[in-house]
Amino acid sequence: MSAIKANGKARAPSDSSPPPHIEVRNLTMAYGDFVVMRDLNFTVQRGAVFIIMGSSGCGKTTLLRHMIGLKEPVTGEVLYDGRSFTRATPAEREAMLRRFGVLYQGGALWSSRTLAENVGLPLGEFTDLSAAEIREIASLKLALVGLKGFEDFYPGEISGGMHKRGGLARAIALDPEILFFDEPSAGLDPISSSLLDDLILELRNSLGATLVVVSHELPSIFRIGTDSILLDAESHSIIARGNPRELLAHSQDPRVIRFLTRCGSGGKAETQYG
Amino acid sequence: MLAKEENAAKELLSLARSDDALVIRLSGAWRLRHGMPSADAVAVEFAAPAAAPRKVVFDAAALSHWDSSLVNFVKGVNELCREHHVAADPAGLPTGLQRLVGLAEAVPEIKARISGARAGLLERIGRAIISANQAVGEFFAFVGVIAIAFGNLMRGRARYRRSDLLQIIQQCGANALGIVTLISYLVGVILAFMGAVQLQQFGAAIYVADLVGIGIVREMGAMMTGVIMAGRTGAAFAAELGTMKVTEELDAFATMGISPIEFLVLPRVIALVLMMPLLCLYADFVGVLGGATVGFGMLGLSFTTYFRETFHAVTMGELIGGLSKSAVYGILIAYAGCLRGFQCGSSSSAVGDAATAAVVTGIVAIVVACGIFAVAFNILGI
Repeated sequence: MSAIKANGKARAPSDSSPPPHIEVRNLTMAYGDFVVMRDLNFTVQRGAVFIIMGSSGCGKTTLLRHMIGLKEPVTGEVLYDGRSFTRATPAEREAMLRRFGVLYQGGALWSSRTLAENVGLPLGEFTDLSAAEIREIASLKLALVGLKGFEDFYPGEISGGMHKRGGLARAIALDPEILFFDEPSAGLDPISSSLLDDLILELRNSLGATLVVVSHELPSIFRIGTDSILLDAESHSIIARGNPRELLAHSQDPRVIRFLTRCGSGGKAETQYG
Repeated sequence: MLAKEENAAKELLSLARSDDALVIRLSGAWRLRHGMPSADAVAVEFAAPAAAPRKVVFDAAALSHWDSSLVNFVKGVNELCREHHVAADPAGLPTGLQRLVGLAEAVPEIKARISGARAGLLERIGRAIISANQAVGEFFAFVGVIAIAFGNLMRGRARYRRSDLLQIIQQCGANALGIVTLISYLVGVILAFMGAVQLQQFGAAIYVADLVGIGIVREMGAMMTGVIMAGRTGAAFAAELGTMKVTEELDAFATMGISPIEFLVLPRVIALVLMMPLLCLYADFVGVLGGATVGFGMLGLSFTTYFRETFHAVTMGELIGGLSKSAVYGILIAYAGCLRGFQCGSSSSAVGDAATAAVVTGIVAIVVACGIFAVAFNILGI
């Protein structure tokens, strides 16, 4: 079995090596009595494009929401650079959140504000920039995602793909260290989806950020992923860990192969990716 | 033509025995609009265990047309066969039909997380109590987070936009003037009219001014403004925040390290607390004006006489009491609207429910508070 077993006791950070950039330790997530995932353990290295894979409804987005503090775990914790995010005080948590950028599934742009105001809001709240400077930076971020000239449009006036790019511009407003993406390609046509992947890679390379991406879009996963976990709804755990392309090439686990080859009945099928 | 089709419908199915096998002969046109024969007809054959068939086969030679009605029938027969451990041979069925039945049976029934079974009375009472308990918990928890946010505001640490506050003030203040004018004026007219009919009999028509003045300033001005604002602004708050929850806009604030309570709830509460007394004062004036119209038109009182009598009747204490009440109603309306918005589920119908719940909660809270004020003012002798 080539899929690295990700579950098990987490290694305590030793003094000699720096703690992992992101570490999820013994995390159990549940909705009421229903356990979504049990005892998850994994780490994400700085600069990685880390994909959380899994079939629909298996708890990928729920895991992401736990990592950014929108849901509290039943047990376990999430650590950033060795500091617990789960057990942090509200003030510490706020400081950690400022290092994150999040792109939500639908973009989640604030509909009562223009694109420039959406991007400018975090700048206004967390920097001492003047209104004119904020506007300038907001225009720059919008230009980075190809929305130059749309500064004064309201989210209701632009398309779904532009919504996502607008959300991305807002997510990178404060030059975050870690970017979280919740199904970036969902609802986009193949070309827009591929362009968004290009943009994500480009931004990551230039910003040097670590990316955590929830996705089940195979083309996107193989294109951008450098590391991944595969969640399994039946066993409520991680069944594979590693570079998605290597998993496809070497994994012997039929569940992993089925997922990565889109083959419902099992067996290794020919694929264009790899 | 119809009679012919009905006859045809009756002859869709016949059962025959061949050795130990049950042969189901399908014939004619199986169409959903002609009704759907049930597998119960076949179940009769299994009723006596001794005479039960060992095998079920289909004969579709005389079948002219089929649709979902036949798929459903065959599926029902298959279930019967599995129940009685009898083999069902689908070979006699059209290929397309066999495939559809196969598809319907391919994935075993998934036991839903929430049991569909109807719970017993005790269980339902228990669940209702638990959920009521949770609702009370959430109610007070929200009071707590708003109190913390106000604490931050007092210390100058709350994060909100002054431009948002001004915009909300405009929405729930100036923009509400039209409806407040209309309703308050009519309430004044109604009060005056009711009083006039009675007081005229005693030749005490001038006391209509007292009745309307005290009634509006003490109770009705604040109450009617509260009800209007609960329906207008409370519902709008719940719908706006509920939609923001559905579209993850609230989450976007939270993950940015900006408290949605400070950024969104605080300005709404402040706006209503500031605007409600002003609207109430305005409603008081318009209500008295409504009363004066009746006094002038129906009782022949001059405006000067009417207003002099009103000023004579209404004390400053009553005016301040009414305005303070309206400020409290403002808090209750903003609170109910924001709470219901934040509690909103994740669907579009949940947004509608949140808006409805906000109005109901707001009005109930206003009436309850009004009762408490009445008792308290009475004890204090105001």
